[in-house]
Amino acid sequence: MSIETRTSIVWDYAPAPESADHVRLRDRYGVFIDGEFMDPAEGRYVPTINPATEEPIAEVGWASASDVGRAVEAARVAQARWAGLPGLERGKYLFRIARLIQERARELAVAETLDGGKPLRESRDVDIPLAAAHFFHYAGWADKLEYGVNAREVAPLGVVGQIVPWNFPLLMAAWKLAPALACGNTAILKPAETTPLTALMLGEIIQEAELPPGVVSILPGDGSAGATLVRAPGIDKIAFTGSTAVGRDIQAALAGRQVGLTLELGGKSANIIFEDAALDQAIEGIVNGIFFNQGHVCCAGSRLLIQESVQEEVIGKLWARMGRLRVGDPLDKNTDVGAINSAEQLERIETLVAAGEDEGASRRSIACELPERGYWFAPTLFTEVSPAHRIAVEEIFGPVVSVLTFRTQAEAIEKTNNSRYGLAAGIWTDKGSKAFEVARALQAGVVWQNTYNHFDPTAAFGGYKESGFGREGGPAGLRPYLRVVR
Amino acid sequence: MIRRLGHVDRVGVEERAAQLGKRSIKTTAKQQGIRLAVSMLDLTTLEGADTAGKVRHLCAKAVCPAPTIPEIPSVAAVCVYPSLVGVAREALDGTGVRVASVATGFPAGQVSLEAKLRDTEDAVAAGAEEIDMVISREAFLAGEDTRVQHEIVAVKERCGDAHLKVILETAELGSYDHVRHASMLAMEAGGDFIKTSTGKAGAGATPGVCLVMLEAIRDYADRTGRVVGFKAAGGVSTSKAALHRLVLVKETLGDAWLTPDRLRIGASSVLNDLLMQYAKTETGRYGRAEDFSKE
Repeated sequence: MSIETRTSIVWDYAPAPESADHVRLRDRYGVFIDGEFMDPAEGRYVPTINPATEEPIAEVGWASASDVGRAVEAARVAQARWAGLPGLERGKYLFRIARLIQERARELAVAETLDGGKPLRESRDVDIPLAAAHFFHYAGWADKLEYGVNAREVAPLGVVGQIVPWNFPLLMAAWKLAPALACGNTAILKPAETTPLTALMLGEIIQEAELPPGVVSILPGDGSAGATLVRAPGIDKIAFTGSTAVGRDIQAALAGRQVGLTLELGGKSANIIFEDAALDQAIEGIVNGIFFNQGHVCCAGSRLLIQESVQEEVIGKLWARMGRLRVGDPLDKNTDVGAINSAEQLERIETLVAAGEDEGASRRSIACELPERGYWFAPTLFTEVSPAHRIAVEEIFGPVVSVLTFRTQAEAIEKTNNSRYGLAAGIWTDKGSKAFEVARALQAGVVWQNTYNHFDPTAAFGGYKESGFGREGGPAGLRPYLRVVR
Repeated sequence: MIRRLGHVDRVGVEERAAQLGKRSIKTTAKQQGIRLAVSMLDLTTLEGADTAGKVRHLCAKAVCPAPTIPEIPSVAAVCVYPSLVGVAREALDGTGVRVASVATGFPAGQVSLEAKLRDTEDAVAAGAEEIDMVISREAFLAGEDTRVQHEIVAVKERCGDAHLKVILETAELGSYDHVRHASMLAMEAGGDFIKTSTGKAGAGATPGVCLVMLEAIRDYADRTGRVVGFKAAGGVSTSKAALHRLVLVKETLGDAWLTPDRLRIGASSVLNDLLMQYAKTETGRYGRAEDFSKE
């Protein structure tokens, strides 16, 4: 008797949804000003939607101009005392926030997934632990600031306005708040329109940590709230992460004013696969580079540059690997690719993908069952892309990778740098000398070697060219929040 | 012919293998996974103190691992030393459970080729349907690939109809690049399965090693069309570890490899943990070790 006939056990993973019952969400969140949640001045509440189901999760108060004014006022009042605290004491508050994030990690992860559509696997293993890590990292810097800037005497800038995007809501808030507070600034955070929840939960954590009122205010709202914040008198610095178009607008608005600015904008980052790379691991890097967070990553490896000699092999392996991606319910612990963040973003992805097809690139999307409700886009691979195509030039910000090829190392460098962006790049080769040589030649703020989308609070992150300026993370991340006194 | 063997990046492999260890296997998936794992077991006893009596007990357990849980299938095979193949053959006749034997100077392989071949012939003559041979690490580490391959080819020839599993003993190979290289050598020399370890040398079927070998099997199948099986042996002692190996196979080679014809788990102690975990899915309680017979 053959073994095959004896047993035929079909094996697939059963649904493994993370429970959302333990999440303490309020029905309604006001704006967070001067240490208190309060009704927005104009009384406007807008529901925040779960993009995987289109169901409302909670109502969120949207800030108007007078809320911005109140928050700036509170931040100004709080700033002198906050900056006057010994660095060690400021550090203690930040350590406390970091620990409270860890304590509420499970809740925050579920809230992040509900509000933004990203797989729980990512919010649980990446977003929330990294957010805590950033607070821990900068807590340690708070009493050592002068060592972060070549032993110069430094002072905080004052009141900073911080506008964060919807792709990593809590993590981006942490990237911005932690260094600003460590340096003695007070901050006003404007979370993204579609994903305000975890920032507001961070408001609760800030209350629990007994941070002095006014040191952090949180003002949800749409772009107009951000625009008001940028133009508000009494602001000393703006830190913005988001699209290049909005970044341009902010820079224009601040021209001629004594207001500091850092911008972390879009990207069309190249992931370069050399023929001598460890190909199976490179495939994982490609997948992690472009399908991580549904491709809603400013540094996503959306331009895949493959050396011609291994083109066929890499594309074959990549396509097979893509077929194993599990797309669906973001709360399921086995989901790899979740929901697109909003209807608006889905439309943008669809427009650019259609443009790719029209321009003659060859499109392949994986066959997967997508839920009926919510915003979804199947992971997609474009081959036969020419460098002039829109999908090779413009940021899609979705699970779509465009494959280009190169013949030599020089051509790879030339093609990578031939972009108006310069945020990140990946290099895949088993040859160390080549990796270092190429890395030095690339105009990209971050260059990953044999990995991709790896983040660490000790490493500086930021762009070249239209990807923005200023660095976040590590000692370099202190600099934009400090003034050198002498 | 110059052919690219391809490199393996240690960090990347271990990251991917660990990531697959986080798949959540619950409820029906856990039950089915455990049944599947049991059906793929090579229940093994390889001790100097093995006797005919011990092997007979093990064979009874192999055929019916848990009399109280009828839906638990028989294991795939019983694996013993060549001298006890006859006993196992008799005990397992007509049960569908196969008899596997280690051979070729197991576990070190430090005997002459003649001795290795006679070892193999003896086991096959006594009724072994599967032969688990060890590669010559001595030759491999000295860079003598042809000698490694030649030995495998010679043993395969002596196997006749018996399936040949080639043990790489990955813990002694020193790097993932070597694991991939040895996997390719073994497959090209005609091995029907490639197997991680003897279970006698340090680390066994670690997730990283398994992943590298599975990727080699996939690439070899893509290139030649020939299907080669995989056996994880050594260190797989818990249900969680066994299910992790199944996940690695499912997401690297696909469902087609989730059959005992292509996938085996070599172990002695994991069976009872699988049974206890299975019972737990039904009763909600993790029972006592005494709930199931040891052999």
